[in-house]
Amino acid sequence: MTAVARLEGVGFVYPDGTRALAGVALELREGERVGIVGQNGSGKSTLVRQLNGLLRPTEGRVTLFGRDTAGVHVAELARTVGLAFQNPDRQIFAASVRSEVAFGARNLGRRGAELDRAVQAALEAVGLEGEAATNPYDLGYSRRKLLALASILAMETPVVVLDEPTTGQDARGVERIQRIVGSLGETGRTVITISHDMRFVAESFQRVIVMRAGRVILDGPPVTVFAAEHAGALASTFLEAPLAARLGERLGLGTTPSESALLDALAAR
Amino acid sequence: MSEAIVVNAVNDAPPTPALLLDGVRYGYAGTRRWVLDGVNLEVAAGRVLGIVGPNEAGKSTLCLVAAGLAPAAIGGRLEGDVLLGGLSTRDANPHQMAQRAGILFQNPVTQLSATAPTVYEEVAFGPRNLGLAVDEIADRVEHALGALRIEALGPRDPMRLSGGQAQLVALASVVALRPPVLVLDEPTSQLDPAGTRLVGEALAGLAAATATAIVVVEHKTWLLADLADACALVADGRVVVHGATADVLADDRLVELGVEPPPAVRLRRAAAVRGVALDSAVVDAVAAARLAADPDTVEPVP
Repeated sequence: MTAVARLEGVGFVYPDGTRALAGVALELREGERVGIVGQNGSGKSTLVRQLNGLLRPTEGRVTLFGRDTAGVHVAELARTVGLAFQNPDRQIFAASVRSEVAFGARNLGRRGAELDRAVQAALEAVGLEGEAATNPYDLGYSRRKLLALASILAMETPVVVLDEPTTGQDARGVERIQRIVGSLGETGRTVITISHDMRFVAESFQRVIVMRAGRVILDGPPVTVFAAEHAGALASTFLEAPLAARLGERLGLGTTPSESALLDALAAR
Repeated sequence: MSEAIVVNAVNDAPPTPALLLDGVRYGYAGTRRWVLDGVNLEVAAGRVLGIVGPNEAGKSTLCLVAAGLAPAAIGGRLEGDVLLGGLSTRDANPHQMAQRAGILFQNPVTQLSATAPTVYEEVAFGPRNLGLAVDEIADRVEHALGALRIEALGPRDPMRLSGGQAQLVALASVVALRPPVLVLDEPTSQLDPAGTRLVGEALAGLAAATATAIVVVEHKTWLLADLADACALVADGRVVVHGATADVLADDRLVELGVEPPPAVRLRRAAAVRGVALDSAVVDAVAAARLAADPDTVEPVP
């Protein structure tokens, strides 16, 4: 698979001296769905901001599609990497849902029918097609989160970064986001998602990156990262594998990171 | 219409509830819709009521109404009664309400005063506005920061915190007001699992130690399973199910309405649907077990 982004020896120190990243080496590939987990303050949000130039590495380098991001303007990087913030109110500003969703796509040069199609597809993906004329602040928090996600989807960037997309969502909202993540992957786009929800990560992502104190401590598919042998490493950063994985180990079924894997193993026994 | 939820199993004749919602209907200004449409709830001092429900069920509106901000501060139409320690929010002035109920908004950044230079000053902002003595303010700030284990954030700029840190600071600033009724709208939404457990323990401790009545809206039903004495499932502005936490969280209507049940409930249901045997006792035991960190994998923080 083609490397979409490559981080080599990336470190980052905030201006106040706080070190947020140290020696991060990662290659993110085309069409890959990557979940990043770790405690608050472990460097997850800082890491994903290196990809779209909102933050620049203070050590090492970041390349996107083979091109060093140093010196490339953030507006240029926005064509490649779309980032939905954890807090939707940090990105929402328009007077209607439709104009909010169209803003980023228009900035990337889409016009007319092409813009309408991208906006409509994004609204349908998040289930807000009936709210196009609504003022964003008349939506509840959970739908403002979905609106912020739609604005990023409409930009149709090859890399989509979602910072905590499932917070404030009910079970249906989480399922909707799971479908969106799946369909992005199917169209060959790379999805990088920060989450504290281990079940969501185990079920929707092919690769899990565990961060602690600015470093990557585990990196692999859910079946590896959530295996019993890594339980201690997860616990060292106050995380634990999803219940399905822990139950599978307890019942001697091997590593069953997702609910369906556990039930399959139980049915086959 | 549902009956009142009684979150008090101690006395035969309970005292005046800390919070009572009686036949409450509420609609926002400029709209015709009732976002809350006949809500009856009651929370006694020292008890924790969990509120669960799908997106747009009216949970955040319920918080605004219960804390007396709606309609007093934001307008709208209120029918029925909201009583804080027996005082109707319709009759109370803002100062009286601020002493009777504290609210944590869903978006913690909304909560911060944007005037305080440090986290310490931010948490002191509310108690200072209550006109308390300096020693009392200092005591409350230190206690609130300590309960949430964020003493180290004291000198930091409140506007330069991570989402999770900002949420803990916002919660500390409400806890420092020591209101008899605490209304929390998704207090752990930005927190990692360890931070979520910490908040759960802090809230349980607060309810027990200071007889605070707590209303907490949560999507993390696993947290409510440990924390809440009772739960109410809210949908379309009405209370659909109410009762003991374990019963509400295992109720089929929870899933039908699109609320994520605790992991153990979810797995048991999925196994039943698939028709595979899964020992409930084992599920509960594994769900309750806490893994210990492996010291070999713990490296020093750079």
